[in-house]
Amino acid sequence: MITQEVKTKTKCYHCGDECLDREIVLEDKSFCCQGCKTVFEILSENDLCTYYNLESAPGISQKKSADSLFDFLDNEKITSQLLDFSDEKVERVTLLIPNIHCSSCIWLLEHLSRLNPAIISAQTNFSQRKLTVTYSKEAFSLRALAELLDSIGYTPVINLDQEDATGKPHSSFDKKLLIKMGIAGFCFGNVMLLSFPDYLGISSLEQSYQQFFRWLNVLLSVPVVFYAGNEYFISAFKSLKQRFANIDVPIALGVGVLFLRSVYEVVFDIGPGYFDSLVGLIFFLLIGKWFQNRTYQALSFDRDYKSYFPLAVLTKKAKQYVPTQVREIEKGDEILIRNGELIPADAILIDDKAFVDYSFVTGESEAIAKGKGQYVYAGGRLSGKQARFIVQKAVAQSYLTELWNDKAFQKEEEHVRLVDHVSQYFTLVVITVALGASAFWQMTDPSKTWLVFCSVLIIACPCALALSTPFTIGSILRVFGKNRLYLKNADVVEKLQKVDTIVFDKTGTITNTSEKNLTFNGEPLEAAEKQLILTAVSSSTHPLSRYIKRYLADDSDKVYHLESFEEHVGQGISATVSGVELKLGSAAFVGVQKKPGSHEASYVYLSIGKQYRGCFVVSNVYRMGLKQVINQLAKKFRLAILSGDHSAEKQNLQHIFPSGTEMKFEQKPDDKLQSISQLQSAGHRVMMLGDGLNDAGALKQSNVGISVSEDISTFSPACDAIMHADAFGKLNALITLAQKGRSIVLASFIISLLYNSVGLSFAVMGWLTPLVAAILMPLSSITVVAFTTFMVKMVSLKLKL
Amino acid sequence: MSVILILIITSIVVAVVFLGAFFWAVRSGQYDDTYSPSVRMLFEDEKKKGDSDES
Repeated sequence: MITQEVKTKTKCYHCGDECLDREIVLEDKSFCCQGCKTVFEILSENDLCTYYNLESAPGISQKKSADSLFDFLDNEKITSQLLDFSDEKVERVTLLIPNIHCSSCIWLLEHLSRLNPAIISAQTNFSQRKLTVTYSKEAFSLRALAELLDSIGYTPVINLDQEDATGKPHSSFDKKLLIKMGIAGFCFGNVMLLSFPDYLGISSLEQSYQQFFRWLNVLLSVPVVFYAGNEYFISAFKSLKQRFANIDVPIALGVGVLFLRSVYEVVFDIGPGYFDSLVGLIFFLLIGKWFQNRTYQALSFDRDYKSYFPLAVLTKKAKQYVPTQVREIEKGDEILIRNGELIPADAILIDDKAFVDYSFVTGESEAIAKGKGQYVYAGGRLSGKQARFIVQKAVAQSYLTELWNDKAFQKEEEHVRLVDHVSQYFTLVVITVALGASAFWQMTDPSKTWLVFCSVLIIACPCALALSTPFTIGSILRVFGKNRLYLKNADVVEKLQKVDTIVFDKTGTITNTSEKNLTFNGEPLEAAEKQLILTAVSSSTHPLSRYIKRYLADDSDKVYHLESFEEHVGQGISATVSGVELKLGSAAFVGVQKKPGSHEASYVYLSIGKQYRGCFVVSNVYRMGLKQVINQLAKKFRLAILSGDHSAEKQNLQHIFPSGTEMKFEQKPDDKLQSISQLQSAGHRVMMLGDGLNDAGALKQSNVGISVSEDISTFSPACDAIMHADAFGKLNALITLAQKGRSIVLASFIISLLYNSVGLSFAVMGWLTPLVAAILMPLSSITVVAFTTFMVKMVSLKLKL
Repeated sequence: MSVILILIITSIVVAVVFLGAFFWAVRSGQYDDTYSPSVRMLFEDEKKKGDSDES
């Protein structure tokens, strides 16, 4: 193994990222980090290098991946829920792997058996990002499988959501729709064929044929109306029951009237009925629905990231801590919670001290110290040293999941969707127009009455109107996702449009953490010392601790025991690791003389065993293109900075930010929250960008809270969006896109209204048959969808997104 | 004359058979994932270097 340091920037052979601070070279291939190299080694050892031939740099960056724990998969109750199939020899499981993204992924995952012969077969489902693996039970386990996948970068996502709804109802729904389409298409074709005699006027030839054809039509339309089209009836019935007319009401009414009238005509031998129109109408409606579903399905991928609740927790059983499923915990159980894990149930602390961070529940991010015997509520996250608790209340599983969906995390402002508003009156108006038109035709030309009634109902369907907003926002979300800005839900786009003030956090938000220039001043640290510091800083969530952790991280896997850990806000951390006392923090905290000239950098002083060892110098490197972004934003928004750090950077910041930018330093999380709410009470709509760890409260308070992160997996539920640090340079373009989205929606509204009024007037005049209306209706939806998607694409291209 | 009736009934029966085939295809999951099979068929069936050895 040859490793060497090279200064030039090269692309990682595995993941395609730029090799930044150090480059690792192996067999003339460069890697950006140890993780990527390890994956390459695993693959090349097992002769799986075709992976790299199918697509260039297909791998998933290992640099930022968090340590995943899969020990809960040893619990049989959990595994039995996840497994699709199991007998004495073989088990089969389907796992969701969001990282699947190219044909190389499919190839590698389907050749998993080369990595472990116990795997019998593996098959990917690309469109659902799922992998189905069959393996022999004796030599392998679900945990081993999860760890194997994790080691090559395809970390499976196993969470409560998945457990509750394994995605099966969704796919079966899709299948049902396909089958309905099949039936409708089949009947449509045959009905058209059987209607030809009536069209061509052959009826005079043989009366008996005509009757036969017509009755066949009745027979063929029955499954279409009562099976393929049943959802329209069900939905209309449900909405009428709640005294509300949704957009399915006119469709159901039209279909029902047309069917009854046609059957009546055939039974009493009056005419051929309108079976061709009727069946064709339902067929095209279903096609439209299918197309819509496909689009939604494709859009929903970018939003799958809420998997942070612990599935299992360590519970003491017979003097040993074993992973136990959360819902099995009972009152009186002793549980062990490690740093960063959530406390799943109300419990009493039995260790001397623990720090609990309730930012998930209250948005208040300062950890609260709890003493022995104190009551701790579920939903808090332990920060610092691990601690033991006695459970006081069994876990209501729903509580934990509810927490994320809790009102507390949803921003108050209710905005009535225009579509909901319009559609209610729309339906009534349409039915009135239809009745009026058919009354008119009944008097002038009774043969057209029924067709006009029906075509008016169908052509006026406000589908296009209803589709324009979700599709515009959907395409915007997609562009955002591509640029690594992930929104919590679609409403955030509408809120983004209204923002007029942008507040930045400093460290980790406008400064770059990965290109941080970190040096150590003092005697070089020994490996053992490094390990001690690493153990201590791992427990801290402060940005500086994380940089030091990253700086020191190496391959050795020696584990030191963290005996005590305390984080003093604004000062530093003190910890005892394997009997050695460590202090990291400000000069005063460590008890040494401050170094002169500490202006452009943050200093972290270090003492080991009360002995001063030196200091870490973390110079602030601003994100690439920061000045440019700020210049662009300053034209449109009011800007402000809220920083938890000292004001030493003020001068530098003044160069970057326009004069008059409000700058506040040494802000505690609570101060940040206050500043935001002050801005809001002055009538501003505030967007806050922070790292999401020590400003969760401020993010929640702001109208749009965006957490900027190098690693998407660390995020707080209080934020509305997560932005990957790479996207920072495009911030202005992204906001502009959201704002342009509004005009696009408006334009598409006008188009569909125009379309509806023109179509409606044709229908009223009796120039449209229901069949043509049924073809035109999904066409109009598709034009509107195409228009919005195209416009968003154009705008984003123009903005270089 | 009745030939037409027979023809029509036959044609509908044949169509129903195809409809049944479509149902089978949907139910057996052929429409679940329309992307990966298209990639999978292009993978080479390469032999492992040391075919007998097991790691």
